[in-house]
Amino acid sequence: MARIPVVQVDDVSKRFVIRKEKSLKERLVNFGRSNLHKEDFWALRNVDLEIESGTTVGLVGPNGSGKSTLLKTIGGIVQPTSGEVRLRGRLAALLELGAGFHPDLTGRENVYLNAAILGLSKEQTDRHFDAIVDFSGIERFIDTQVKFYSSGMYVRLAFAVAIHVDPDVLLVDEVLAVGDEPFQRKCLERIRTFQHEGRTIVLVTHGLDQVAEFCDRAVVLEAGTVAADGPPLESLRVLRADFEATRREERERQMQADESRPRAQIVGVALRTSGGAVGRPVLRAEEDLTVAVEIESPTTLRDWSLGIGIATPMGTVLYQTNTELLGTPMGPLDGTGRFEFTLPDLRLGSGDYTVVAGITGVDGSEVHHVPEAAHFAVEADGSSLGPLRTSARFAPVG
Amino acid sequence: MTAPGVVLCTVLLAETISAPATTTRKHMTDIVEERAAVLAQQPMRPASPRPGFARGTATSLRDVLAHRELLGLLVRRELKARYKDSALGFVWSLVRPLVLLLIYYVALGQFLGAARQIDSFAIFIYSGLTAWTLWSEIVSVGTSSIVANAGLIKKVYLPREVFPLSVVGSALFGFCMQLIILVGATLVARQFPVGTRWGWFFLSLAVLLVWGLALALVLSATNVYLRDIQYLVEVCMQVFFWLSPIVYSWKLVHGVIQGTVWETIYLLNPMTLVTLGFQRAFWVAGDGTAYPPDLESNLWLALGVGVLALWLCQRVFARLQANFAQEL
Repeated sequence: MARIPVVQVDDVSKRFVIRKEKSLKERLVNFGRSNLHKEDFWALRNVDLEIESGTTVGLVGPNGSGKSTLLKTIGGIVQPTSGEVRLRGRLAALLELGAGFHPDLTGRENVYLNAAILGLSKEQTDRHFDAIVDFSGIERFIDTQVKFYSSGMYVRLAFAVAIHVDPDVLLVDEVLAVGDEPFQRKCLERIRTFQHEGRTIVLVTHGLDQVAEFCDRAVVLEAGTVAADGPPLESLRVLRADFEATRREERERQMQADESRPRAQIVGVALRTSGGAVGRPVLRAEEDLTVAVEIESPTTLRDWSLGIGIATPMGTVLYQTNTELLGTPMGPLDGTGRFEFTLPDLRLGSGDYTVVAGITGVDGSEVHHVPEAAHFAVEADGSSLGPLRTSARFAPVG
Repeated sequence: MTAPGVVLCTVLLAETISAPATTTRKHMTDIVEERAAVLAQQPMRPASPRPGFARGTATSLRDVLAHRELLGLLVRRELKARYKDSALGFVWSLVRPLVLLLIYYVALGQFLGAARQIDSFAIFIYSGLTAWTLWSEIVSVGTSSIVANAGLIKKVYLPREVFPLSVVGSALFGFCMQLIILVGATLVARQFPVGTRWGWFFLSLAVLLVWGLALALVLSATNVYLRDIQYLVEVCMQVFFWLSPIVYSWKLVHGVIQGTVWETIYLLNPMTLVTLGFQRAFWVAGDGTAYPPDLESNLWLALGVGVLALWLCQRVFARLQANFAQEL
């Protein structure tokens, strides 16, 4: 079946003008010279995007990269400076839960008001009312003014209203991290149901794990342009590399500012399995993995520790250790040093993994950190999914 | 490859728990395909209204009409929230004009002696005041309506016209309460307006609403860009209160600036016409006094020009609203 595009973002740019004056007086005084007091800021620049029906797209990127602006452009809240956004179907935006709530009205009145804001008619709200209250789990307080609600109750009611609107396209901005855990799980479940019902979801979030878990596609925005667009795995790799570059820059700046900081660097990380595989080795059951790390320090490195870890390609760290935890104090290092960690019998599931390595000062400050120092794969017997492996047994009982 | 695996697992779990897997899956794909088929038939539409100057009118109207239910709810929100938790509630919306009436009646009518020249002075003042209260609420509350609803405007797309419109709605409610008092007073004074007088009332009310909404639209939109507007409006309302024949009779003005260009300018103010129209409707005792000539045709003219102004103001509003979300 052909996929139908529901959102088309066509060469969209958005310029914000930053003005330094706001009052009538200042404008009159600076009239004619007002261009000197303006500054252009491009929040989006030539963004092209087509979203097909039934997909879940994650918009990710560092702060200020234009994610929320793009979402608001799709929602029609912000109009692009140039280009066009076109869409079809019913759209609901969850940009801020309870944006339409009035503190002086009761929960019941606010449900009707908020539902109307999201585009539901009175009859539709009547029909869903019990379900909304039931989902929110605050039956007892539904006739209380919402200003007496706790923030959790507030958000519960708002989310309950939002999901009972029957949208074809749902825009979600950073609202999943609300409520207590059981409620959060309920929300995520509902989002999954939405996915199975073929609704299109566009999600802005900083929770990269969420993107990896929910989305079919991730779009990385950087300074208003699309830096990567594709399966979450690949897009997130681009984003993580970008984050890493930013961090390195910052560290280098710090180093320049502070001459006394140690300058040691990890110059090489090599892997070796007990089966003898090297390079990008494949680890088989019951084999050990050895991680060799080479460090170079132009000055004398004191009071330090060396750490390694294992992460999934999504960046979730599965295992971490360092010399301090292992009870091995590191002596002063001058010049080059080689060290080896041996990890016996790694019970990992099939898949690709990365090795993380880092040097840390005694005060916890980072000296050098390599997020993807080396790669290896694991081949297991195929009896399980997920990164953890164990030899499960199964038998009927009784 | 780990992530899709995880998703798959959860899906399987969810489905086996809820129902036999095969039927659920089939049901699900049906829904998905149905939705896609329905969507395929819909044409692509722009995400936000394009600011075409003339063409956009119909779109804006349709947009607002589609949200009339929300409009009703917003009006009710305004009203409910305003006097929530107060013991007297809506009575308070009547106290203010009644106190004003008392002040003007005593200070102007008795102390300054205006009541000696004007029969049924209280009804005279209250007909003008009723119109003015509605007018000033529409214009001054309307001006700040967009800024006051910034939270909503930045987060949800709605036709932004609903906010000034909801102000008109809630102002009309208070107006009705005052009108009941006014009509009650005419009953008590045995001067109940009958017949064509109600024609004056409806015509003047129409002029007031059209001009009030036009101003509320254009002022609320400009107020977003220049917050000085709302203070300016406050001052202007004070000035224009005294520039309309509410607490003094038109006869006095006529005596001073008779036949001059100033009189023409004075009569150009739609609120002057509206006030006179209201007095014509409810101030039965004043039938003998002079009214400006052609008051009726001038009111019709004001209505005609007002409709044009309303259209222009709506177009300006539509143009300015494009950047509301980022300016607020």
